[in-house]
Amino acid sequence: MWEYTDKVQQHFLQPQNVGEIKNPSGTGDVGSLSCGDALKLTLKIENNVITDAKFKTFGCASAIASSSILTEMVRGLRVDEAAKITNEDIAAALGGLPKEKMHCSVMGREALEAAIADYRGVPLPAVEGEVVCECFGVTDVEIKRAVTESHLRSVEDITNFTKAGGGCEKCLGRLQEILNETLNEVEPIPVVPMPKKRMTALQKIKKIEEVLESEVRPGLKKDGGDIELVDVDGDTVIVSLSGTSDSSGATIRELVELKLREKVLNTLFVEEEK
Amino acid sequence: MADYPVIYMDNNATTQVAPEVFEAMTPYLTELYGNPSSMHTFGGQVGNALEKARQQVATLLGAYPDEIIFTSCGTESDSTAVLSALRSFPEKRHIITSKVEHPAILNLSENLEVMTGRRYRVTALKVDSTGRIDLQEYEDALSDDTAIVSMMWANNETGNIYPVKEMAQMAKKRGILFHTDSVQAVGKVPINLAELDVDFLSMSGHKLHAPKGTGILYVRRGTPYVPFLTGGHQEGGRRGGTENVASIVALGKACEMAGARMEEENTRVKALRDSLEAGLLQSVPKSILNGDRENRLPNTTNISFEMVEGEAILLHMNLYNICASSGSACTSGSLEPSHVLRAMDVPFTAAHGSVRFSLSTYNTEEEIDFVLEKMPGIIETLRDLSPFWNG
Repeated sequence: MWEYTDKVQQHFLQPQNVGEIKNPSGTGDVGSLSCGDALKLTLKIENNVITDAKFKTFGCASAIASSSILTEMVRGLRVDEAAKITNEDIAAALGGLPKEKMHCSVMGREALEAAIADYRGVPLPAVEGEVVCECFGVTDVEIKRAVTESHLRSVEDITNFTKAGGGCEKCLGRLQEILNETLNEVEPIPVVPMPKKRMTALQKIKKIEEVLESEVRPGLKKDGGDIELVDVDGDTVIVSLSGTSDSSGATIRELVELKLREKVLNTLFVEEEK
Repeated sequence: MADYPVIYMDNNATTQVAPEVFEAMTPYLTELYGNPSSMHTFGGQVGNALEKARQQVATLLGAYPDEIIFTSCGTESDSTAVLSALRSFPEKRHIITSKVEHPAILNLSENLEVMTGRRYRVTALKVDSTGRIDLQEYEDALSDDTAIVSMMWANNETGNIYPVKEMAQMAKKRGILFHTDSVQAVGKVPINLAELDVDFLSMSGHKLHAPKGTGILYVRRGTPYVPFLTGGHQEGGRRGGTENVASIVALGKACEMAGARMEEENTRVKALRDSLEAGLLQSVPKSILNGDRENRLPNTTNISFEMVEGEAILLHMNLYNICASSGSACTSGSLEPSHVLRAMDVPFTAAHGSVRFSLSTYNTEEEIDFVLEKMPGIIETLRDLSPFWNG
């Protein structure tokens, strides 16, 4: 049993604006019987403003609810405003959809896009591209768009949003490729240069002493404490703390470590000699 | 929704625990909590209850009690039977099953094929548009390499009954083991294993008014057997794990009751099903029966309402508290409609809009009338929304 919001239930059980506008300004006809859901959206547009919107939908509760709320969302909007509506907006207006049902909101967005393109007399961008999922006829252009717009992070997400890969599953490998490509384009993995400082043991000890002397000891002394460098063994810095309680010792150890990592070498560990 | 009493017509999914069954099992959840393997009388008496249940199951199936192994569910029984056959005949690498099996068999055989790098070969028999298999195709598929045939007795979605008797005979002639997943058949149609060449049979408790979490595997005397769950010496070393005593007692009682109700199931329940089916097909235009009208379980009907989608139908039915299932893609979260209907080549216009009603002895004529009163309006409402419906 799906967890549907009250809004989904309301728009499913009492759908608004059902029907077809006669002589529409724009028609969007998406999906098919074989896909299991389909939506015909008709718009009446006057002076570039959507004055009426009606729908007919074959599909499950979330498909019907997405269509119904979409017609309410676009009524009264200018065409360019309506064109900005995303599937996320549709899902949000419904108070959210189960993730396996997100493709229903995508169908709403596609129908709107198709109806606006029809009104403007321009071809649809989604028709371009190579069909990746043969079962549901989804192209790479559509998949890339979904990945970018809806921040998809896995092949499963792609299937939930676009249906691609939900049939024979032959295209799953290709979907992973497209996902990787798109993610790299959208958000190149940041290459953080890791400073690989090389120091001689002598330089290291000298620098540690300097930092302890100038930046750690004065603070400790103020509170009646002190610190001595005992030894440096590789990346392990051994210090002795005096005039501090046991519990504050642990915190001081951490603070010293942070300071040394910042000022000397980010691989250092500080140990306290008891 | 709260205003309507529950009308439960989803008995192929699971069933209500019969009050008599509940009553029989409760002492084993309270005062009789002993372990049947214990030496003391307190535990030992529980062992006697297990043996009584074993006898009750054996009676329903026409088997010897020692041929009955208690398991945790139908799926476990299915896996145990198939894997046992493969281990008994390690040189044989072929499995025959059908395209309409329950996922317990379908996914098991697919995994055996894929995960072993195709060391095993699986033939899944095709079905025609009514869901029937072709016995000639079956005979041609039997080979010296075949370790086991696994054919369901009855299909969960359509209720179709398969020619298990003939198929088991044909397998036996070739020295091939035969398993039947009878989860849907036991208790609904008479089964007499004494007259059949079946080696393994699986059943599940919760499909016949016992609780979930218990099943049985029948293993014919003399059939080579390798346990699946190894461990203690329970079930004569054939299935490790402390017995689910209370549920096994319940299963035994449920089997006894199913035997007593067999006649009613095939007369009164069948008549209810028939009137529901005829009423729906007559009152809803463009509705189609899926399955084999002649060879079917008495309680099941699967009807497609063209040009509407199953989940939407179920949710409208839910408003009246009417419970049923659909083969639609949307109800499962998968994107394709039921594998059974697809194997039958049911057109997409119908597959997405299929609804399965599965009745039990607890259904009444009044309930059928109520469903018949509500369904046409539900379908009409949804068709008014459908872009493919032209009135």
